[in-house]
Amino acid sequence: MLDPDSGISLTIARIVQRLKGSSLHSQLERQARVSLHKPEIKLESLKEDIKDFLKTSGWEKKLQNAVYSQLNVFPSPCHPAAPPEHMKEPLAYMRKAQGSWEKRILKSLNSMCTELGIPLAQKRPASEQKELLNKWNEMGTDEPDLSLFRPVYAPKDFLEVLMNLRNPNYENGDQPSFRNHLGLIQVPLKVKDIPELKEDFTELGLNIGQLGIDDSAQVPPEFFENEHVRVGQKVLAEQDSAAAQQYVRQGCPTALRADLWALILNISNQPEDILYYEQLKSNVIQHDLLVDSLIYKDVKLTASNDDYYFVFEDYLYQVLLCFSRDTSVLEHFTYSSATPPKSYIRGKLGMEEYAVFYPPNGVIPFHGFSMYVAPLCFLYHEPSKLYQIFREMYVRFFFRLHSISSHPSGIVSLCLLFETLLQTHLPQLFYHLREIGAQPLRISFKWMVRAFSGYLATDQLLLLWDRILGYNSLEILAVLAAAVFAFRAVNLMEVTSLAAAEAVLADLSTLKVMPLLQIFLFATVT
Amino acid sequence: MAGKVKWVTDIEKSVLINNFEKRGWIQVAENEDWNFYWMSVQTIRNVFSVETGYRLSDDQIVNHFPNHYELTRKDLMVKNIKRYRKELEKEGSPLAEKDENGKYIYLDFVPVTFMLPADYNLFVEEFRKNPSSTWIMKPCGKAQGKGIFLINKLSQIKKWSRDSKTSSYKLGFCRFCTVKYTPSTSELDNMFVHLTNVAIQKHGDDYNHIHGGKWTVSNLRLYLESTRGKEVTNKLFDEIHWIIVQSLKAVAPVMNNDKHCFECYGYDIIIDDKLKPWLIEVNASPSLTSSTANDRILKYNLINDTLNIAVPNGEIPDCKWNKSPPKEVLGNYEVLYDEEMAQSDGPDRDLRSRPGQSTGVKGNRARDSGKPVLTTWK
Repeated sequence: MLDPDSGISLTIARIVQRLKGSSLHSQLERQARVSLHKPEIKLESLKEDIKDFLKTSGWEKKLQNAVYSQLNVFPSPCHPAAPPEHMKEPLAYMRKAQGSWEKRILKSLNSMCTELGIPLAQKRPASEQKELLNKWNEMGTDEPDLSLFRPVYAPKDFLEVLMNLRNPNYENGDQPSFRNHLGLIQVPLKVKDIPELKEDFTELGLNIGQLGIDDSAQVPPEFFENEHVRVGQKVLAEQDSAAAQQYVRQGCPTALRADLWALILNISNQPEDILYYEQLKSNVIQHDLLVDSLIYKDVKLTASNDDYYFVFEDYLYQVLLCFSRDTSVLEHFTYSSATPPKSYIRGKLGMEEYAVFYPPNGVIPFHGFSMYVAPLCFLYHEPSKLYQIFREMYVRFFFRLHSISSHPSGIVSLCLLFETLLQTHLPQLFYHLREIGAQPLRISFKWMVRAFSGYLATDQLLLLWDRILGYNSLEILAVLAAAVFAFRAVNLMEVTSLAAAEAVLADLSTLKVMPLLQIFLFATVT
Repeated sequence: MAGKVKWVTDIEKSVLINNFEKRGWIQVAENEDWNFYWMSVQTIRNVFSVETGYRLSDDQIVNHFPNHYELTRKDLMVKNIKRYRKELEKEGSPLAEKDENGKYIYLDFVPVTFMLPADYNLFVEEFRKNPSSTWIMKPCGKAQGKGIFLINKLSQIKKWSRDSKTSSYKLGFCRFCTVKYTPSTSELDNMFVHLTNVAIQKHGDDYNHIHGGKWTVSNLRLYLESTRGKEVTNKLFDEIHWIIVQSLKAVAPVMNNDKHCFECYGYDIIIDDKLKPWLIEVNASPSLTSSTANDRILKYNLINDTLNIAVPNGEIPDCKWNKSPPKEVLGNYEVLYDEEMAQSDGPDRDLRSRPGQSTGVKGNRARDSGKPVLTTWK
C-alpha cells in the first residue's frame, strides 16, 4: 500500500515538474518581478507580500486552474517503482492487445500507401502551396478524387477486436449459462452498478434542477433557469476551473457554454497559442500527408452529409489537418494505452535514427473521426480557439474511445458497463435481442465510440457533453446507451431480426437525453 | 349537421394530400361543390379574375389572397414598402425616424433593388457609382435559389443573358450596401460558393440529397446564442419578426381582405455579417416539393399546422367565424401580430388600423421561415 503522504508528495513533484518551464511559469515570474515596484511589497515580508499580490491579481487562480487541469488529465502514480507502461495501462494482456491492433492499423495504412503509390508524406511544390494558402478558408469546395482511399478502419472492425479480448489469467471453468455474462465483451473488468452510478451522478437526481429538463417552455424560468444562469455568470467572473466543472453538471446555459468549457479545459487562447496554431497551419501548407486524404474522405463521408454539421465543413479541415501535425499531442501517449506508430525515412527502414512518428501527432484517423470536432463548431468560430478546445477534448476524453485499455472511461469498460446495465435491469429485453441475433452492443457501439455525435440533435449532444466535462468521465455514454434501449424497449421486444432492431434505433434525433438519463438512473424500479 | 370537408387541389403533392386524407376529408372535382381549394397561383388568378371569376360562398375557403402579388412580386413589394414608409413619415410616426445619413432606422430592411431588363439603365448608373460592389442576381419565379449568381462586372450580365434561354423572364437582383470584394474572379467564385453553401451546391447536379443544403432556423439560433450570446440572437430574431410584420402592414391597405382567403408565405431573408436581416422576397407558393426526408416531415407538419388554423376542428368552414386561433392549435406557428389586440393597446402602437379587418395571415412559421441564406460570416 502506498503511504498517502508520499503519494501526495509524488503527485506534487510531478505537477511541479510539468508546470516548470511552461509559459504560465514564466508569466508568474514576470508578474512577481513587476510587483517589486509596488509600494505594498516590503522587503521584510517579501514572500508573503508577493503571494498576496498574486492572489489579488488573479494569478493564483490561474495557477490553481493549471494544477487542477493536471490532476484531471494525468492519472495518479500507482507506485514510485512502477514502470512507465503501467501509467499507460496496468494490465499486460490489454497492452498486448492494443499493440496487435496498432500493428494491424499500420499495416493497413502502409499497404494502402504502397497500392496507391503515394508516399506517407511529401513536400508540396511552391505552386501548390500558394494555391492551398489561397483557399484555406474554403477547402470544402475542393473535390479531390478520393475514390481510391478507404478509411483505415471503421468502428465495427474495432468491435470485432474487442469481442475477442480475453484475460489469459482468468479461467472460467463453468459452462456458459444464464449466470454468465451474455454479452459480447468477455473480460472481467470492474464496472459500476446503478446504486454506485446514482452516487457518482448525484447532481442528475430528481430533485435537482437540470438544464435539458427544467428549462423547457412549460417551466417558468424563475424556478431554476434564471438562478442557474446567474450562478454561471458568477463562476465565469471568478474564473475558477473547479467551480466551473461542478457547475456544468447541471448543464450549461447556451450563451455561457463556450466560455465555461474553455475554463474547464483551461484554454485561454493566448498569443503564443495562436502563434502555435499558425505554425501548424504553415506545416499543412508546406507538406502533404497521406492522412490528409483520409481526413478529406472522412469529412466528405460523414460531416458533409449531416444536417447539423455540413455548414462547418471548412472548419473541420482547418482543425484536423493541423491536428495531424501537432507533435504536442504525443504527450498524451504517456497515459494512453496506445503507442504512436513509427515510420522510416525512405530507404532507411529499421534504422532508429531515421524513425519518425507518423502521422506527426501519432493519431491515425478512422471512419467518423471528424465527428468529434463537428459539434464544437457550434461553440467556437475562431479557428485557433476551436482547435485548442478540440485538442484538449481529444487528449482528455476522445482518445479513450478508440484504444484498448482497462480504464473506467475506456471503450472496453464502457461496453461492459452498457451490457451489464442492460442485462441486469432489462434482462428480458437483453435475452430477446440476443436470441434474434441482435446483440445490443452491436447497435450501441457506434454511438459510444462517437460519443453520440451525429446521432443526437446538437443541443442534446451539447447537454450530454456538459456532463462528460462535469464528471470528467465517459461513463455517462454507456448509461445513456442503456437508457435509450430502456426507452424503446416496448418496440424492441416486438422485433425479430437485427435489421429490425437497428431500424427501431436508427433515429435518435428526437430524444431528450436528460429525462432519459434521469429516469434510468433515478426513477426505474429495480 | 357536420358533413365532411370537400377538398380540391391542382397541386399533386403528397404532403398536401396526406394531410387532407388524414382528416377524413373528401376529394371532389373543381366543378363540384367544394369547401377547400388548395390552388396554385395560376389558378387563383382565374378564380378572382374579372371575366371568368366567381363568387365564393360562405363555406368555401382558398389558400391565396386575390392580390397576393402586392407582396409576392418583388417590384410591387418594394413599391408598397416605399409607399408605406413615406406615409409614416408624413404622419410623423416615430417608426419612420431617420438617422444622420438619411437612412430609416427601423424600416431599412430592403436592399437596393432593380428589375431587369426594365431598369437596366438605372442599374448601370448605380453600379458605376460603386464599381467594387458585388451584386446578387436572382431570377424571379425560380424556386429554391437555383439560378442565383453573383456579378461584379457589367460584362458578366451580358454573358448571362446571352447564354440563358430565360431572357423572357423578369429578373430581380439586389445589392448590399456594405459589401466590397476584390474584383478577382476566382475569389468571386469562392465567395459565391461560400455564400450559397446553404442554398445550393456549386454544381446543380451535386445537390446533396441528405440535407438539401438547408440548415434549420433552430440550428442557426443555437449557433448564434453559443457564439454571440443571447441578446444578439434575440435581437436578430426580433428584427426578422419585425420585418415580417412591417411588410404585411405595408401591403395591408392594398390587399383585398377577402374572408374566404388565407395564405402561407415563404420569406426569403438574408443575414449580413453584422447580423442585420434583409428582406429579399416573399413567396406566395413556397415549394411543397420535398427534397429530403427531413424536408418532407417539416412540410407535412407545416401543412398540418396551417390547416388546423385555417380550418379549425376540421369542420366545414364558415367565413363569419372569429379568426383568432386558440393557443393549442398553433403548432409550430407563433402569433407575431394580432391587429385587434394591437388596436386595443392604444393608437401610438398601431398605425393603420382598420376595425374588423385582419390581415388574415396569423403569424409565420417560427421554424424555417423561407430559406435563410447565410452570407459570409467573416
